[in-house]
Amino acid sequence: MIAALRANARVVAALGARSVKQTFRRPQLMAPIIVFPSLLLAVQVGGAGSAVDLPGFPRVHGFLDFMLAGAMIQSTLLAGNSGGIALAVDIEMGFADRLLVAPISRFAIVLGRLAGTAALGVFAALWYVAVGLVFGARIEEGVPGVLVVVALVSLSAVAFGGLGAAVALRTGRASVVQGLFPLVFVILFLSSAFFPANLMLEPAASVARYNPLSFVVEGVRDPIISALGAHALAKAAAGLAIVGAASFALSALALRHRLRTGGA
Amino acid sequence: MASRALRAELAVVGALVRRAANEILRVPGAAIPGVLAPSIFFLGLTAVFGHLTQLRGFDTQSYQSFLIPVSLIQGAGFTGAATGVNLARDIEQGWFDRLLVAPVPRPVLLAGLVLSASARALVPAAFLLAVGFAIGVHWPGAAGLAIAIALVMVMGAVAALWGVALALRFRSQSAAPLMQAGMFLLVLTTTAYAPLELLRGWLHDVARVNPATQVLEAARQGFTGGVSWGDTWPGLVAAAAMAAAFAALALRGMRRTGL
Repeated sequence: MIAALRANARVVAALGARSVKQTFRRPQLMAPIIVFPSLLLAVQVGGAGSAVDLPGFPRVHGFLDFMLAGAMIQSTLLAGNSGGIALAVDIEMGFADRLLVAPISRFAIVLGRLAGTAALGVFAALWYVAVGLVFGARIEEGVPGVLVVVALVSLSAVAFGGLGAAVALRTGRASVVQGLFPLVFVILFLSSAFFPANLMLEPAASVARYNPLSFVVEGVRDPIISALGAHALAKAAAGLAIVGAASFALSALALRHRLRTGGA
Repeated sequence: MASRALRAELAVVGALVRRAANEILRVPGAAIPGVLAPSIFFLGLTAVFGHLTQLRGFDTQSYQSFLIPVSLIQGAGFTGAATGVNLARDIEQGWFDRLLVAPVPRPVLLAGLVLSASARALVPAAFLLAVGFAIGVHWPGAAGLAIAIALVMVMGAVAALWGVALALRFRSQSAAPLMQAGMFLLVLTTTAYAPLELLRGWLHDVARVNPATQVLEAARQGFTGGVSWGDTWPGLVAAAAMAAAFAALALRGMRRTGL
């Protein structure tokens, strides 16, 4: 039992490392995860920075502090999408078939991909914390706050990565997963990732209040702009549980379908 | 003799423009990202930052009217950059080599690619304007609309020239993120989100000298107020200057290709 567990852990680690290397070696995978969200962060902070003067805007040290959480979650969503594309490419090229006939747990194959996405989540969180600190942001909760941020961002990468993996497993086509890219921005714009929900226009404001992504973003933002609160953390955990449960259920169903039908 | 050569060159340009138009008709899915991305950004940013107009410094209360020229030019940028990606694909597949050995001057090949991008930029522009007017964007008047559309076409050409220069340099579709990021930066480091006096830090300094700011302000004038020659000519000059600079870059790449 323990030997089997150890073997599966090795598979997950090997596939996770492969996934991370793949992302760093291909600029077309790396650009959406780090380059575009960083550019958007820089432009939005400079362009909409005066928003902190609006009545009703939360008290923050600066607009950059407020925006960091949104940039991190944007990165994890895009990392999940890129992970899904890479998995679909593996299916198209036949690499996934070779893994499926290997004497390893099928779920370890998906978990390996998600472990890679989680590692990218950790990288994204640390990248944005570093960018924030370099450009004058303050992490109000200090080092413990950074640890909470990194943990929440990597967990959200796994949760959102599961959705990309589910679509990849169900369709087996990279172009279909690539097609979800615009949807990432729809979900982001309908959350409080870039602005407080109370200052957004309707109907987006109402959607943002109940969007699980808003719970996650606000949980990540809380230790950056104020003292860490149990309420925000609990809401983030609930948001992650909702998204995670949905993505794992969909991945399991898609994997079962692929094994039963051979992807037909 | 000269007129026959000119007629032959125009025929080549026409054929390349028709080839690009055929791609829209035969692979309509390929045009979707160029239409969808600026539309999602337009609707999303309007919903998110709509209350910014409450800040002193905005000359309109309608953020969608303030934002739509940004999305129009962004759409032109995406479509123009796609011309570079398509050229990189043609280079990878060897089709462009066949064009190069044809008895056609290279600037004529470039003109065909660029004019097709200008025409294709009208596809996202038409869609965005329809969406914009449906959600309450102010009617810019015939003159305001004509100026905006003309600038969209020139910016489509500018983006195509940038994409072509990079495609000839890297000869690979892997350069696509660079083509898109270049246009993304050019358009968004302007008064895209707010008027110049409300921009903060480095963006204020960059937007002040970025020629795309003049283009954006000229395209915006009809949507947020009246049209005047004083607000139009700086945009036209800036667009022409960018087109000339990027054309020089692309022509240099064309001349060096295959040497």
